[in-house]
Amino acid sequence: MNFELTEEQALVQQMARDFATKEVAPLARELDREGRWPTELVRRMGELGLMGVAVPTEHGGAGADAVSYALAMEEIARACASTAVIMSVNNSLFCDPLLKFGTEEQKREFLAPAASGDKLGCFGLTEPASGSDASHMATFAEKDGDHWILEGSKNWITNGPHADFILVFAAHDRHAGSKGTTAFLVPEGHPGFLPQPRDHKLGIHAAHSCTVFFERCRVPKAWQVGEPGMGFKIAMATLDGGRIGIAAQALGIARAALEESIAYSKERKAFGEPIANKQAIQFMIADMATELDAARLLTLRAAAMKDRGVRHTQQSAMAKLMASEVATRVAHKNIQIHGGYGYSVEYDAERHYRDARITEIYEGTSEIQRIVISATALKG
Amino acid sequence: MNLELTEEQRLVQSAARGFAAEQIAPRAAAIDRDERIPADILDGLASLGLFGVNLPDALGGAEAGVVAYHLAMREIARACASTAVTMAVTNMVGEVIAAFGDDETRRRFVPRLCDGTLRAGSFALSEADAGSDPGAMRTTARRDGNGWVIDGEKAWITSGTFAGVFVVWARTGEPGPRGISAFAVPADAGGLSVGRREDKLGLRGSPTTALHFDGCRVPASALLGEEHGGFRIAMMALDGGRIGIASQAIGIAEAALDAAILYAKERETFGAPLADRQAIQWMIADARTELDAAILLTQRAAWLKERKARFSREAAMAKVYASEAAWRICDAALQIHGGYGYTRELPIERHLRDVRVARIYEGASEIQRIVISRDLLR
Repeated sequence: MNFELTEEQALVQQMARDFATKEVAPLARELDREGRWPTELVRRMGELGLMGVAVPTEHGGAGADAVSYALAMEEIARACASTAVIMSVNNSLFCDPLLKFGTEEQKREFLAPAASGDKLGCFGLTEPASGSDASHMATFAEKDGDHWILEGSKNWITNGPHADFILVFAAHDRHAGSKGTTAFLVPEGHPGFLPQPRDHKLGIHAAHSCTVFFERCRVPKAWQVGEPGMGFKIAMATLDGGRIGIAAQALGIARAALEESIAYSKERKAFGEPIANKQAIQFMIADMATELDAARLLTLRAAAMKDRGVRHTQQSAMAKLMASEVATRVAHKNIQIHGGYGYSVEYDAERHYRDARITEIYEGTSEIQRIVISATALKG
Repeated sequence: MNLELTEEQRLVQSAARGFAAEQIAPRAAAIDRDERIPADILDGLASLGLFGVNLPDALGGAEAGVVAYHLAMREIARACASTAVTMAVTNMVGEVIAAFGDDETRRRFVPRLCDGTLRAGSFALSEADAGSDPGAMRTTARRDGNGWVIDGEKAWITSGTFAGVFVVWARTGEPGPRGISAFAVPADAGGLSVGRREDKLGLRGSPTTALHFDGCRVPASALLGEEHGGFRIAMMALDGGRIGIASQAIGIAEAALDAAILYAKERETFGAPLADRQAIQWMIADARTELDAAILLTQRAAWLKERKARFSREAAMAKVYASEAAWRICDAALQIHGGYGYTRELPIERHLRDVRVARIYEGASEIQRIVISRDLLR
């Protein structure tokens, strides 16, 4: 048993921390307020290897591992949760499934440019009427010779308005439930693939998402990922990894909030002394830090298991559940410690609170994580 | 980062698990009811090396490390929390004497603690009016010729009735924490007598007593570490002790959760097993998640201690998180069991009674939060 980071993991963490502190943090408030897509940061993340952290170098990635990816995600999210989720969608939801399930040609054509940051990927699973219940999707794939014709719509597609590629899931057999789903790659600009205007949300304002329509979108068999019927399995395996990314995003948000609470409580005086001298504040900070460490250990455990190639579905769900709920609690307490200033947009506390909230919803709501965790626990 | 157990850690875990399942668990209800741990259980713990898991081989210990100690504690606590606390305090006392005793004192006590001859070690820091704030203690030790004479009263002494050796803290100087020293005192020292046994909510198998020191004379070699350096020794011992108590709490919660899962699958309501209800699934999901988080926090602290790195804050986090999570988990397990959980037919009510003290002893949750926030706000 060894909790120490490897040299490579520590290096990736340090590189991400330097980049986040120097280049991401100074822009975070403006990106949020203006809802501006961080074009320059996405490009820089590509240059630094952050868009394909755990993708081998021969496929355009940085050749590091899932633990490094989680560490880097936390650092980016600590500066800007929007920038972090752009990174996580490309890494976890686009590159990772292509690495595992893509053909050599797909890896060349789609994975390598996405992992190197030249192109951007997104992931189309959720639909207007099916989110948590992903096996009942309405988007349909109809066989047409050696092509497929996609018809339907997907929503909440993070990176959608700017992505070059989408990995999309469609039912090819409506009666086969989860076994009737297939995954496809579609490039931006392809006829019939129609991204819509971006969504307006509570938080992660700079990470644009949108609905996308598929209108008689004809794609060659070469863009089919895995075999017909494997779609649900690919999606679930992808989310096992994605949840590590979102857990790490939540850790970053929570860490930013905790650090702000510590700094502010030492500065701010009430009744003649810093509020850090009051046990009410001390105990909040103790609980915030303890829960954050617990969530981080769960996240790194899941990442280390992914790196060892062992099944980590339950561990990823635990990490995602705890980290996201901790992030919301910590962000909430950070506002409380800041008082009125915490409620004002002059400080970052309210941004963290808005940004944290989504981590309890996307890539499997807390309720889905509890289903996954209890199903495993009750099976044994 | 590699969170896999080593071969040696697995071996210690499985030896403790086997012994706990065969020898302790079947008798845990009787230990609780009769308020006594049978001698052969203490002998068994000693023969497996569980009284000195992290102590050097040269002093009779198993030298298996702190992570192994954590794993073994969990297994014993899963069967019987009273037996586990006896083991925890004995290990802690062995480590204090090994680290701070002179050569003679170390050789006199540590090997006999490890092999079970001394039955158990006991830790005498608290007093009736000085618990979380040991700097307020009133027991004194004064120099007398070649040795020391101890006078005063100690309270909440685990294994007080049968421990063969006590580490006792007493005031040797100025008021407050800087005037305290620690001593190794054998149970048969003249002037030392065991006082009233507490009647407690849980851990009923483990005797908790007062200790009276009435002109209790010990040799100069009984002093552990520096004169007036006792507070630091107590704090160091408690840093390690908190890993033990966190592990104990985890073990109790594991027992409760295992029972709750089995029961949820068996028991039917409205035509379906409880396990089919999301209300029950949610309790189990949260219990499993919090338990894993507690285990990881505790293992991290154990690993840091094993590497001789600083681990005060991490041990405090492990202790406060594990003890509070374990208490929630035991309560959820009782809720899942309904009325049966409330009866003595099943061990659930014992788990809930036993786990409650983990939030109090070896530093109350409030003390852990002070330790954590002080470190962060420095």
